[in-house]
Amino acid sequence: MPVENGCGLCKVKIEDMGVVKGRDVLLENVNFEMHCGQLTAIIGTNGAGKTTLLRSILGEIRHEGTVAYESHDGKVIKNITIGYVPQHLEFDRFSPVSVMDFLLAGQSTRPVWLKPDKKIKERMLLALESVGCSGLENRMLGDLSGGEIQRVMLAQAINPIPELLILDEPVSGVDMVGAEQFYQQVSQLRKDYHMAIVMVSHDLNLVREYADTVLLINKTVLKQGDVNEVYNSAEFRNTFGGGI
Amino acid sequence: MQVIYYILEKILPFSFMEYSFMKNALIAVILITPLMGMLGTMAVNNKMAFFSDALGHSALTGIALGVVLGINNEIISMIAFGILMALVVTRVKSAGTASADTVISVFSSTAIALGLVILSVGGGFSKYSQYLIGDILSITQKEILILAITLVVAFLIWGFIYNKLLLLSINSDLAASRGVRIVLIENIFVVLVAVVVMVSIKWVGILLINSMLILPAAAARNISKNSRQYLTFSILLALFSGLAGLIVSYYLDTSAGSTIVLISAVIFFLSYFFRRRK
Repeated sequence: MPVENGCGLCKVKIEDMGVVKGRDVLLENVNFEMHCGQLTAIIGTNGAGKTTLLRSILGEIRHEGTVAYESHDGKVIKNITIGYVPQHLEFDRFSPVSVMDFLLAGQSTRPVWLKPDKKIKERMLLALESVGCSGLENRMLGDLSGGEIQRVMLAQAINPIPELLILDEPVSGVDMVGAEQFYQQVSQLRKDYHMAIVMVSHDLNLVREYADTVLLINKTVLKQGDVNEVYNSAEFRNTFGGGI
Repeated sequence: MQVIYYILEKILPFSFMEYSFMKNALIAVILITPLMGMLGTMAVNNKMAFFSDALGHSALTGIALGVVLGINNEIISMIAFGILMALVVTRVKSAGTASADTVISVFSSTAIALGLVILSVGGGFSKYSQYLIGDILSITQKEILILAITLVVAFLIWGFIYNKLLLLSINSDLAASRGVRIVLIENIFVVLVAVVVMVSIKWVGILLINSMLILPAAAARNISKNSRQYLTFSILLALFSGLAGLIVSYYLDTSAGSTIVLISAVIFFLSYFFRRRK
């Protein structure tokens, strides 16, 4: 098991993050750290700002505060590779895009209607195999099941191997077996590649089983720590009403 | 040019080939239709059918502004206004304050009304009515050259932005995470569509240009399973409708643009039933 990932990233530090849209404050004063080799789960009620937080880290929306990447010896790393798996994908299911088209489009600038580069194609076939989706390469993206789509998204997101993997409720709308499978795969990635993984999730049971650190938010960080710490806190009970 | 004429005469042994206006029209069709088929694939994927329609309507305003500003060559003012319109609509749309179709509708109606008001001053609109249905038979060699250059440039840009557009059409956050500069790519695409629409509109007509862009791609979508099939079918269907439409219109003595669109429409419905039966 490698102790270092590609660029030597050790932690992602979020400081004083805030997001305002119109007159609404979506996030304020958010401070936390994510470590490599750990799965950080973000939980909270609907509208708590979970997706907004992820999109701010991605740099997709304008925000206050900073996102800094630091190496083991405290040096700041400017650019890291980020992999992203979006929330249960809403897209046009009749769109004639094959799984291989989709994967190749994210890997190279060579238009996917030309004959693909052999090496890249082989790498993508391996990627599909690694997420348990062998044989799907010629299927239309819209013909896949929810679980298959999310695993294909994962195959895209982990090529090239990212230092930070961001997952936005990756298994909402996916059946229980598919969800469990997905979590196991992600969990394995954390071990194999020592990447930092941050995931928004609704499924508190799966979070309990797989997350190393939990962040409970509602516009700001209410509670952070390991699973037991957060799940036994008063803030957690106030948010989710005791039982899960 | 003589060489191309000669080849066309050999390939297409129709009696109308003795007229040079028909030869020019054929070359124009061979240039315009694949271009439309190509851009149409992404216009359809990105749900821009209504947008490109609005763009076509704004051609009138472009012509009108050219008249007001005293620009002799209307194609320049049309392209300039088309680009402006495309960028503004895309900007307002992404601000998300109103739904996309409402935004486009507002701009489209404003543009066409403004164009009509200016052009109809003193009752002089009739000389511009050729723009409404287009006249491909009147195309000159110099104008064909402009089309050819547009085709080559558009194809190069297309190859460069295709993968990024594809990711964008699936999910914009995902595209951003793969390093796609969303706003830039979106703008390049709408400007490309605007330029192609404006360059072709005199020959195809404001009322029909959108059908040429959308119908072949919509039909190709029904019978394709991946990007390569989609693009190939769309271009071939566009080219086929174009050539068949032009030839049929000659014998039936009908408007070429409308005949081309009608044939595309028939192909679309055939592909639709093919899909339903699958």
